[in-house]
Amino acid sequence: MRNSSLQQTVPGPRSLHHTLFYQVLETDGEDRLGLTGEPDGEADGDSKADTPEIPTSVDNTPQCLNKALEGLSSRWRNWWIRGILSFTMISGFFLIIYLGPVMLIIVVMTVQIKCFQEIITIGYRVYHSYDLPWFRTLSWYFLICVNYFFYGETVADYFGVLVQKEEPLQFLVRYHRFISFTLYLAGFCMFVLSLVKKHYRLQFYMFAWTHVTLLIVVTQSHLVIQNLFEGMIWFIVPISIVICNDIMAYLFGFFFGRTPLIKLSPKKTWEGFIGGFLSTVVFGFIFAYLLAQYQYFVCPVEYDSETNRFAVECQPSELFVMQEYRLPAALQNVLRWKTVKMYPFQIHSVALSTFASLIGPFGGFFASGFKRAFKIKDFANTIPGHGGIMDRFDCQYLMATFVHVYIASFIRGPNPSKVLQQVLVLQPEQQLSIFNTLRSHLQDKGILPPPRPEAQ
Amino acid sequence: RMGQAVSDDTYGHADGEGEREGDGEAEGDSKADASEVPPATDDTPECLNKALQGLSSRWKNWWIRGILSLTMITGFSLLIYMGPIMLIPLVMAIQIKCFQEIIIIGYRVYHSYDLPWFRTLSWYFLVCVNYFFYGETLADYFGVLVQREEPLQFLVRYHRFISFTLYLTGFCVFVLSLVKKHYRLQFYMFAWTHVTLLIVVTQSHLVIQNLFEGLIWFIFPVSTVICNDIMAYVFGFFFGRTPLIQLSPKKTWEGFIGGFFSTVIFGFIFAYLLAQYQYFVCPVEFDSETNRFAVDCQPSSVFVLQVYTLPAIVQNVTRWETVTLYPFQIHSISISSFASLIGPFGGFFASGFKRAFKIKDFADTIPGHGGIMDRFDCQYLMATFVHVYLTSFIRGPNPSKVLQQLLVLHPEQQLSIFNALRSHLREKGVLTE
Repeated sequence: MRNSSLQQTVPGPRSLHHTLFYQVLETDGEDRLGLTGEPDGEADGDSKADTPEIPTSVDNTPQCLNKALEGLSSRWRNWWIRGILSFTMISGFFLIIYLGPVMLIIVVMTVQIKCFQEIITIGYRVYHSYDLPWFRTLSWYFLICVNYFFYGETVADYFGVLVQKEEPLQFLVRYHRFISFTLYLAGFCMFVLSLVKKHYRLQFYMFAWTHVTLLIVVTQSHLVIQNLFEGMIWFIVPISIVICNDIMAYLFGFFFGRTPLIKLSPKKTWEGFIGGFLSTVVFGFIFAYLLAQYQYFVCPVEYDSETNRFAVECQPSELFVMQEYRLPAALQNVLRWKTVKMYPFQIHSVALSTFASLIGPFGGFFASGFKRAFKIKDFANTIPGHGGIMDRFDCQYLMATFVHVYIASFIRGPNPSKVLQQVLVLQPEQQLSIFNTLRSHLQDKGILPPPRPEAQ
Repeated sequence: RMGQAVSDDTYGHADGEGEREGDGEAEGDSKADASEVPPATDDTPECLNKALQGLSSRWKNWWIRGILSLTMITGFSLLIYMGPIMLIPLVMAIQIKCFQEIIIIGYRVYHSYDLPWFRTLSWYFLVCVNYFFYGETLADYFGVLVQREEPLQFLVRYHRFISFTLYLTGFCVFVLSLVKKHYRLQFYMFAWTHVTLLIVVTQSHLVIQNLFEGLIWFIFPVSTVICNDIMAYVFGFFFGRTPLIQLSPKKTWEGFIGGFFSTVIFGFIFAYLLAQYQYFVCPVEFDSETNRFAVDCQPSSVFVLQVYTLPAIVQNVTRWETVTLYPFQIHSISISSFASLIGPFGGFFASGFKRAFKIKDFADTIPGHGGIMDRFDCQYLMATFVHVYLTSFIRGPNPSKVLQQLLVLHPEQQLSIFNALRSHLREKGVLTE
């Protein structure tokens, strides 16, 4: 790092950190039972850093929990705190699912904003950039711009009817890209004008940091929301699978773990990895079966403009209708069943589980590498026992993108209302030619009656 | 050696010639703790050197810049003449060169030459992202060709999935390649690569999409930016007094404003000249029979002369009642304005970048002008603006793309869209059934 022109903070004496719950890189992973395994066997060697350490803030555990667990030793106390928080988070998740799509969208937005804030705060600390002029404002401004762009694109599709009714909304939708681009440009020009002589490099670093963060965090949260609109099951199942893989890999590693998996995360083991993979596939298979029966999860989320609410009601697509499959001969001999009844979705769930177990962890390794690179223990201290929101969600990001690509490639085609929107915007001659092509196509397929003589 | 000493006369950017990135700042910072990035040796061809041996270094520099400018403009015109088939490879070549220049700067800044795998990974990501974007555009424009070939159909149908898989492979290789002592460096280079891809690759694809709308949407913006460069320099040279911005001390308000007005006028006239030819105005289509690009069409309403009634004030002044213009000329005013007012911010951004990393030029590819990025830094914002402008104000979605999407839908969805479209067309009176 070539920031030698900046002042280096000297890490404080060890005793100062001793009473705090997290952070010090030297005390080994004893008080951080690596559920997702970011232990710092590496950090020990690097603690004589020329680069500044990021002191995380004070212990965030609520007082009530602290009192209740006063008697236990610190190791068990930690177990309990992690356990209680895990349980709380999972319950909260179920509660929010019960409350429906509106709450989910709000939750996704909140998580996105918090992740963005955490990563940007790390950037500030790494570069001591708190006093850069304008920079906080600009980062948040870019966040708003990019969100506005993405939400505008999705909202225009799904809320088509509502948009048609209101005049100002029509204007915003028609020139949406131009307006977003103008807003972004204003931020860009502000950045250029805010460049200060001595801080060029820092400012460019923070600019790049902001943009990469936006790229990762914001785009993928929007993919999550698009998945959600396809049907809540496309939101719930991937997230549950990743959580299950985390927990299962940890349990298998705890009980059977022997062979280390990767240098980046020394606490992860091959036994945990493989055990997690197999159990996640089984869990996903069963969970998919359970969820696929309910319309509430399976139907695309629609916005009902009369009641002004989200509605989930539909004829379930063929993915979610029980079908009979013939077993291959080998399996027939073993199980003595000829056919088996499954939802096609369960087969897709195997693909999703496989991805979550085999490739998802790479998102976790990436985050581990990132934390080592910048010598931080956790992204933040938001959740006691678990670190920051990013720590919980690092594996989810790859998953969200994968699910979105998977849906777009294998499950559904383009969104019909969006296609209709595009058709209505075209020139009349183009509309006419599309109309004729479509008519002959439908007539060929036998959906429309063959052409008959003009009659009126 | 080029680069450090401001007073180095070989290119003399700093001693008054440079119309672009003056380095009054670099002088103060030359006692850098940051590593300086020494660019390569003097690249001027031997022939030019010999021919200009006699002149003093200041005029020699003028001549070199002048000759190279003329060469570039001539080359540009020649490529336009050869048509879309040459322009697309040209855009690709520029994109690759810009990417390489920026990545090399990153390597030098971080002394990352010996990072395992990193060169390979950067180029791999470039190939992936290009594959993704080209696949998206090709599928639209080469629809007929694609329908014929089986393997192409497979590639198109699962295009996103294939691109994502390729990208993921690179991502996993990156994670596996993280080396204990070099974590931070590797993350920096990873981010550097991605930001570069974001800037360079996406915008070169916007350029190509603009090109497919009609050569004029490619030629005109590029010319406007070049004109603004030259005019701002000339005005600054003759009338320049008030500095414009700290980042580029050699730029002046007089140059800025003079450049703005002259660019608008140039654009207005140039638009008039170009809009008359079908070759420039028509969308580029791929003719699957002749397997060539064709530019043949009925010019759209934007390129058809129209009569405008002048407002009363102007009527009194010029004693004309109406004026015949291409609507495109009105659009040309907004494009020129953007090029003159906002385009320079791209140049300031690049100047700031070069100061931040203490480099004089992005590279030494073009003698007298620096690297390819130096010539194209203003163009990037322009390309994005033109694309956004096109999609917002000029054209709607691409009809063949919409048809493609329609044919993929389920029959019930097709039927409902058919009915909606039929009632819409009936209301408009287009359909008389």
